Amino acid sequence: MPNLRPFLRPEPARLDTSWLTASEIAAAVASGKISATVIVDDALARINGRNPVLNAFTAITTERARARARAVDAAAASKQNFGPLAGVPFAVKNLFDVAGIATVAGSKINRTYPSAKRDSPLIEKLEAAGAVLVGALNMGEYAYDFTGENVHDGASRNPHDPTRMTGGSSGGSGSAVAGGMVPLALGSDTNGSIRVPSSLCGIFGLKPTYGRLSRARSFPFVASLDHLGPFARSTRDLALSYDLMQGTDPDDAACADRPIEPALPELARGLGGLRIAVAGGYFQQGAFPEALAALDHIAKAVGAHNEIEIPEARRARAAAYVITATEGAALHLDRLRNRADEFDPAVRDRLLAGAMIPSALVVKAQNFRRWYRTRVLELFKSCDAILAPATPCSAPKIGQQTFTLGGVELPVRPNLGLYTQPISFIGLPVVAVPVPLQPLPIGVQIIAAPWREDVALRVAYALEQTGAAAAARPALTVSA
Amino acid sequence: MANPDPLDDFIAASARTLGLPMKTHWLPAVRTNLDVTLKHAALVAEFELPDDAEPAPIFTA
Repeated sequence: MPNLRPFLRPEPARLDTSWLTASEIAAAVASGKISATVIVDDALARINGRNPVLNAFTAITTERARARARAVDAAAASKQNFGPLAGVPFAVKNLFDVAGIATVAGSKINRTYPSAKRDSPLIEKLEAAGAVLVGALNMGEYAYDFTGENVHDGASRNPHDPTRMTGGSSGGSGSAVAGGMVPLALGSDTNGSIRVPSSLCGIFGLKPTYGRLSRARSFPFVASLDHLGPFARSTRDLALSYDLMQGTDPDDAACADRPIEPALPELARGLGGLRIAVAGGYFQQGAFPEALAALDHIAKAVGAHNEIEIPEARRARAAAYVITATEGAALHLDRLRNRADEFDPAVRDRLLAGAMIPSALVVKAQNFRRWYRTRVLELFKSCDAILAPATPCSAPKIGQQTFTLGGVELPVRPNLGLYTQPISFIGLPVVAVPVPLQPLPIGVQIIAAPWREDVALRVAYALEQTGAAAAARPALTVSA
Repeated sequence: MANPDPLDDFIAASARTLGLPMKTHWLPAVRTNLDVTLKHAALVAEFELPDDAEPAPIFTA
């Protein structure tokens, strides 16, 4: 049982900045109502107070953050342009390169590697806009995880109930944002690792189109499927940060050569003209009642009456599973040969198995991937967005090994991504929106056609405006 | 006496061929994972695609 006392300790009696959005913080700093230094000091105090329970952070970049905040304040004092994220504290999953610290990627092995020499380009872009990096975040080892548990650093904990999972593998990102430590975090999503923690922690998450945001200077997992993206407590913050991080990058072979297509200006256009459907079949089989209730709630809120079938979704998930196991094994082959004892055993055993899969079966999975992409894209001729559950259930207990889906007892770890894997398999953009059910929140995926993040964000924003989707403030994190 | 299970034989031979360590107490979990992954692969492989179906990643020179 975690020690809950830090939550009960009164925090400094001044403006509570813990639940301000990134946009609200930037506006307050820009208008001179509050300094970046105060904002960042508040964030650091919250992190130090709450992290002993939530275990979201694995590194806190205190000196760097304070220096950066002072620079933002100096720019403000001299009337220089200090960017649309002025003074906004943010943190990154610890697979992003942060200059001066090792990119551990949730592993023990990478702690022995040299420190990163330069920040990830996404960190550079956010800081160029005035944001302030305050630390690196817990994650499942090498991102091969849906639970948020980590044998080396301990599990990240869900702010809505610290005995429960955050979801993974970007578990620290979910916990840090839902726990009011930062308003913005970055994570990665290979099979669902942004959408699963967004769902279990009750916050908004954006997995952009495959190839949209640069993955340069981040530790990879599955090159064919890896994406990076933001977590926040509002759709506006997702859109704002996403727009700032766009842009082609020759340092990432998969990063598309596309112009920047800002989503923020489109956000408030409403649902007019959008055709929204609900994914049936596979995406509703086995789901717990809360997942179906959340889906129904969101479908009613947007007036989505049509149900469509995403063809061969079960096979798509299977193909994603095969590509993940084998590409992951290829990435780690030398570490498996030489340092196998230093892996999380659960990760090691899956990677060892992945190394033994015949290549003909992997090529078959990649052939199927192209077929499936063509069929799913046909669906977008008759609809603009598709709704689906993000996870089959709300947050399981930390350490829970199995759950029962559709009458079958299955392992939790691989099956939390049941509904996310068939979507990231073909790189579609998705916003996970939180439905504040009691006692625990759960997310719904808003899936759009490739390069139409603007559509998914528009739907999410409309849902937020009506209150149908909202990041609920966990009772435990309310400041005294 | 030879091991009657081909998957166990396959694991042992693969580990030796690929130079992968395989401690005895790792075997049950590796076996379970390999079995699950092969089942997923079989589900994909049984799906009929034309011979000219291209894999998703296409190299561009």
